[in-house]
Amino acid sequence: MTDFRLDLGTWVAGFISYVTDTFGGGFDVVRAIFLAAYDVVDLLLASPPFWVVIVVAAVLGYLARGWKFALGTVVGLFVIVSVDQWENAMDTLALVLVASVLAIVVSIPLGIWAATSSVASRIIRPILDFMQTMPAFVYLIPALILFRVGVVPGIVATVIFALAPGVRLTELGIRGVDKEIVEAGHAFGASRWRILRQIQLPLARPTIMAGVNQVIMLSLSMVVIAGMVGAGGLGAQVVASLNRIDVALGFEAGLSVVILAIFLDRLTGALGDGDTVLGRMLGARAARHRATAASAPATPERLEEPAPERADPALV
Amino acid sequence: MTLTTPALKAENLYKAFGRRSSDIVDKLKAGSTRAELSSLGTAAVIDASFDVQPGEIFVVMGLSGSGKSTLIRMLNGLLEATSGSVTIGDSPITGVPKAKLRDVRRQKVSMVFQHFALLPHRSVVDNIAYGLEIQGMSKAERTKRARDMVTTVGLDGWADSLPGELSGGMQQRVGLARALAADTDVLLMDEAFSALDPLIRREMQEQLIELQQKLGKTIVFITHDLNEAMFLGDRIAVMRDGRIVQIGTPEEILTDPANDYVAQFVQDVDRARVLTASSVMEHAKAVIPLSAGPRAALRIMRDLQTSAVFVTRRDRTLAGVVRDRDVLRQVKSNQNDLEAILRHEATVVPTDAHLVDLVEPSVGSDLPIAVVGDDGRLLGVIPRVTLLAALGNMSTSTGDIPVQLPPTTLTLEVIAETLRESTTEGAVR
Repeated sequence: MTDFRLDLGTWVAGFISYVTDTFGGGFDVVRAIFLAAYDVVDLLLASPPFWVVIVVAAVLGYLARGWKFALGTVVGLFVIVSVDQWENAMDTLALVLVASVLAIVVSIPLGIWAATSSVASRIIRPILDFMQTMPAFVYLIPALILFRVGVVPGIVATVIFALAPGVRLTELGIRGVDKEIVEAGHAFGASRWRILRQIQLPLARPTIMAGVNQVIMLSLSMVVIAGMVGAGGLGAQVVASLNRIDVALGFEAGLSVVILAIFLDRLTGALGDGDTVLGRMLGARAARHRATAASAPATPERLEEPAPERADPALV
Repeated sequence: MTLTTPALKAENLYKAFGRRSSDIVDKLKAGSTRAELSSLGTAAVIDASFDVQPGEIFVVMGLSGSGKSTLIRMLNGLLEATSGSVTIGDSPITGVPKAKLRDVRRQKVSMVFQHFALLPHRSVVDNIAYGLEIQGMSKAERTKRARDMVTTVGLDGWADSLPGELSGGMQQRVGLARALAADTDVLLMDEAFSALDPLIRREMQEQLIELQQKLGKTIVFITHDLNEAMFLGDRIAVMRDGRIVQIGTPEEILTDPANDYVAQFVQDVDRARVLTASSVMEHAKAVIPLSAGPRAALRIMRDLQTSAVFVTRRDRTLAGVVRDRDVLRQVKSNQNDLEAILRHEATVVPTDAHLVDLVEPSVGSDLPIAVVGDDGRLLGVIPRVTLLAALGNMSTSTGDIPVQLPPTTLTLEVIAETLRESTTEGAVR
């Protein structure tokens, strides 16, 4: 029994080194692109004075949820400034944004594919299970080898880690669209693409947006871990405080992560919701009809009630 | 039926679900039953063939699981037939490439769905214009057409609302308008009114018939509601366990069910609204020509033990009724003109009168109801007992129910006496 050893790990390591040797140049290109994207976003967030960014965030918050959320945003972000974590927070935010956008760009088409083909769904699902349950640290190792220390392995590991809910919820959303409505599209002779664009995606939007929200939240949690491979930002602060057993720094950096997380969660959570300004901007078509319908004179009984003002616990 | 090309033609359609669907169909063709093949998969539709004529409302009726929804989805290719063929107008639906199939769907056949299947994020008018949009019509033109259609289905003022703001009946009007706007020859309606309240349903049925008469569409209507089938259908196909067990007009199905299943199925139907006078009327025995005179009338009354007989003119048109007392008086006073004592109190109805309209006159009079043709000829009578039997779902075709005319009010002796007297008088003279 004991002399039997399955050298699975060695094989994977061999595979990774083979990939590195063969496609090293390709990975350098990818690294350069990711790095450039990160630098641009980071420049946008970190170079203006902090109050400009806070104001922009507050306006977004107002559009998404109203003045309470905007106020909470201002207070929360100001806390980050006052514990002197602003630049780290912006680095982290840039990392999250780049990783999330990449993860969304990959996961939504995958989710659509999985929803339209049950074979694809059966192949993709176990891979997603694997990606979600594999301890997040493990991704960092090959990412480090392939992309060297810095921001890029952090982004890559984050994308892989955050991909799963985007794919799953996109698939779920599209599969959950009323079959009869899709059938109606077919019955009137619409093409697959038109049905996807005009029926499936609009109707699946709330679920897909919940997926986007989850992708962003997972990105944020992974970005802290990515601090271990030199991705910088708040993650680096957390790792540093762990090494030095520095409770003060650890709390301040951790709190900043929490504030960012709440802000991003509430903001993106509102996207799937058609009753908010930001949500409506995404579903502009429906909103336009709603506006014209509301102004139409001959509408005796309107079954729809005005959206109740959402009581927002804001930020504590 | 007629010699025109059918608007829709289905020939030997089979649909089986399961891994080896074509095996299932082969075995069905070889004579296996549906139950024997249940381990292989489900045979949803078995050997369905029918023609639908232009302008006809063809109803497919069956309980859930009878395969009617599968059948209608094969008619526009939403489900691919495992075997058999469907032709709409002159375009085949089965065995054609996808692009061609989409073309046929755009131009020839549209569909109304049970749960409306509207796009919730689009306004009523944009929903109605959906088919036109797919046909590639310009925005201005399709919106104009859709707005006209809003008026046609009676949704004025709601054109810019979202479907979620409309009641169920109104939403289905949008669904109907969307299908009509596409301006296809054939309209498929899948349990279109089943999700609506009974009152709204009746209203929609009436509106559908009205629109159909105006627009002359060919409609294939699926329902599990026999009353709806009887009300809408020019012809009805009854389905059971995937097979069409009978195709016929509503009356044929009611009065001459093909088997016990259909008979059982139709026993709950509101027969009064489906059956017409011609399907239950009986041969009129108590009839005499006007020229026959009072003695002949009295004799018939004696033989049939009745107090009234129908009187027809030379061309068999109904002249009226004579009653025994009047006839007796005439015979006694030696008059010969029945015209003088003719009464017009019998209810006269055309052959296509529904039984529901006959109940009241039947109860209000002791005379049978007279059924006359378009030319006024007396074709038959409906005594009260026959009407009750028909409504009570007893057999009406065997004719073994005796025709009950109003019983004699005079005793036989009186009649016999009178007849004898009058003949002797006549002989003396």
